[in-house]
Amino acid sequence: MNLRLRLRTTTSTIATSKIPHWYRKERYTSWAFAVPALILLLIFLIIPFLLAIYFSLTDQRLVPGPLTTIFVGLRNYTRLLADDTFRRALLNNSFFGVIVVPVETGLALGLALLLNQKMRGIALFRTIYFSPVVTPLAVIAVVWSFLYNPGQGLINAFLKTFSFGYLGPYSWLDDARLALPAIMFLSIWQGVGFYMIIYLAGLQNISESLYEAARVDGAGRWHQLRYITLPQLRNTTFFVMIATTVQAFKLYTQVEIMTQGGPDNSTVTVVWYMVNQSIRHLRVGYASAVAVLFFLIVLIRLIPVLRYVVAAEKREV
Amino acid sequence: MALTTRKVRGSALTREKATHAPLPSTSRRYIWLALNYLLMILLAIFFLFPIVFMIISSLKANEDQLLQDVSTVKAFIPYGDLSLQNYNDVFQRFPFGLYLFNSLVIVTCIVTLGLLVNSLIAYALARMPFPGRKLILIAIVVLVVIPFESVAVPLLLLVNQFPWLNGATTWIDSYQVQIIPFIADAFSIFLFYQFFLDIPKNIEEAAFVDGASRLRIYWQLVVPLSRSVFITVAIWQFLTHIGDFLWPLLVTRSDTYRPLMVGMRVLFAQSPLHWGDVMAFASMITIFMLVVFLLFHRWFLRSVASAGITG
Repeated sequence: MNLRLRLRTTTSTIATSKIPHWYRKERYTSWAFAVPALILLLIFLIIPFLLAIYFSLTDQRLVPGPLTTIFVGLRNYTRLLADDTFRRALLNNSFFGVIVVPVETGLALGLALLLNQKMRGIALFRTIYFSPVVTPLAVIAVVWSFLYNPGQGLINAFLKTFSFGYLGPYSWLDDARLALPAIMFLSIWQGVGFYMIIYLAGLQNISESLYEAARVDGAGRWHQLRYITLPQLRNTTFFVMIATTVQAFKLYTQVEIMTQGGPDNSTVTVVWYMVNQSIRHLRVGYASAVAVLFFLIVLIRLIPVLRYVVAAEKREV
Repeated sequence: MALTTRKVRGSALTREKATHAPLPSTSRRYIWLALNYLLMILLAIFFLFPIVFMIISSLKANEDQLLQDVSTVKAFIPYGDLSLQNYNDVFQRFPFGLYLFNSLVIVTCIVTLGLLVNSLIAYALARMPFPGRKLILIAIVVLVVIPFESVAVPLLLLVNQFPWLNGATTWIDSYQVQIIPFIADAFSIFLFYQFFLDIPKNIEEAAFVDGASRLRIYWQLVVPLSRSVFITVAIWQFLTHIGDFLWPLLVTRSDTYRPLMVGMRVLFAQSPLHWGDVMAFASMITIFMLVVFLLFHRWFLRSVASAGITG
């Protein structure tokens, strides 16, 4: 609200100076165009974000208790850093990221290279590989819970058959060592098609003349890949790795549906812990401290965004 | 440095040529093609098997048979007591129609209102020089970075105390609480902004000289010219918000306003768990999404590609 008021006054002071009538009108129109989005962003993004920072310094609770909310300084943060469950959550997210980011990026690149050939039926395969992406995560989590069924699940049956009875059965989601890898696997299965499409777009942006020049020089498939394709895809890879890293720290839906953080906190994640603290333990102040730390982690997303803005600004000039 | 790489490259090249030279090139190409297809088919199986498994399981009315089949190849064979009984059960025991309706209402509102609000501000930012333009642009860039998850909890407290037109004093358990917070979206504004910058200015200038108002220029010139970015943003928003789970879980208390994904969780948390019903519920959502995807699949892929490149 404050912002809007201040902006109004600036426009009116300018309006009194010697500016043609149509230009003044143009300014009002442009503000009218911009104001709905600005107000919505202010109320539903900026204010809650500032509130999160504020709450993280108080002992705010979800349901107001008999005691008034007080300012506690950095107490939430110091407690958080000593909180074993939160540490476990950070560790789990990092472990998830360390495995999923390279595997998903590599697989996405591989799929894109495979599909970037002139062959019949490519469009069909592309559609098939992308179909898990359009399936909502909540649905996927439920279906995979069934596949991971401890006694008689399909995954166990598959492993047993192909290892000639040597492997399994495992109790995937009930086993503290296997639950997180199980979630990683389905997350890669679901997400890889998305990044494959991004890589395909990147591949199509590489100029054909580069390859022609290389072929004239006698470069084979492998050398074209090594010296042209991969260097040309550097920006795409950079983006995909940042996107998958952010995704790794946002991990929530699968955990909420499949394991609820268990067994023995082996699948607790930062976002899941934050929601759990605020909803089930009603500790909003504490949860807000988690939210602020989570935001700081996700800030790496700023790098590609800034890069993009610089590019857009250049184009404008 | 550069010299050595070239040297290594050169020697590797000659070696490769030497080893492969005896094979005739056409048969080599066929082998390569066959290997590619084999790999692609195996991958297709990998990506489709859970979906096929889900749909076939949902058709098996006999729960015991369903559970026994899971540990064998029979999980993928539609046989035995096949019927739509599970689907019938889902409709009988759960308000599936209501969940679907809620999801559609929420997503449609987010997408349509979002297209309008976000494209308008983007147009102003791209075309109309007004004081504060640069500042707003920077602010929006910064906002792209804030993940929804980090504002969810304070937002929950905030909307809990918002009044609404019908005299309600809270937004909890309503449609608006699932729609209004997502209308304005910094990332969508960006996609629009980027696209509008590329439209040649002279078309608009001609209309402007002719005395057309900005709103008219926007509506009659810019919107038709930018159809592709509108579709891109619409699909992007649809894909993001149809699967929303965290926020609806926080703000819905009853079935009246629950969307499909939260309904799915309610069904899944029931005990005893009836897998046939769960699979039928999951199949219906998946089939719905796949049909939408297949109808607009080119646009979906284009949308992801452009969102990925810029975001």
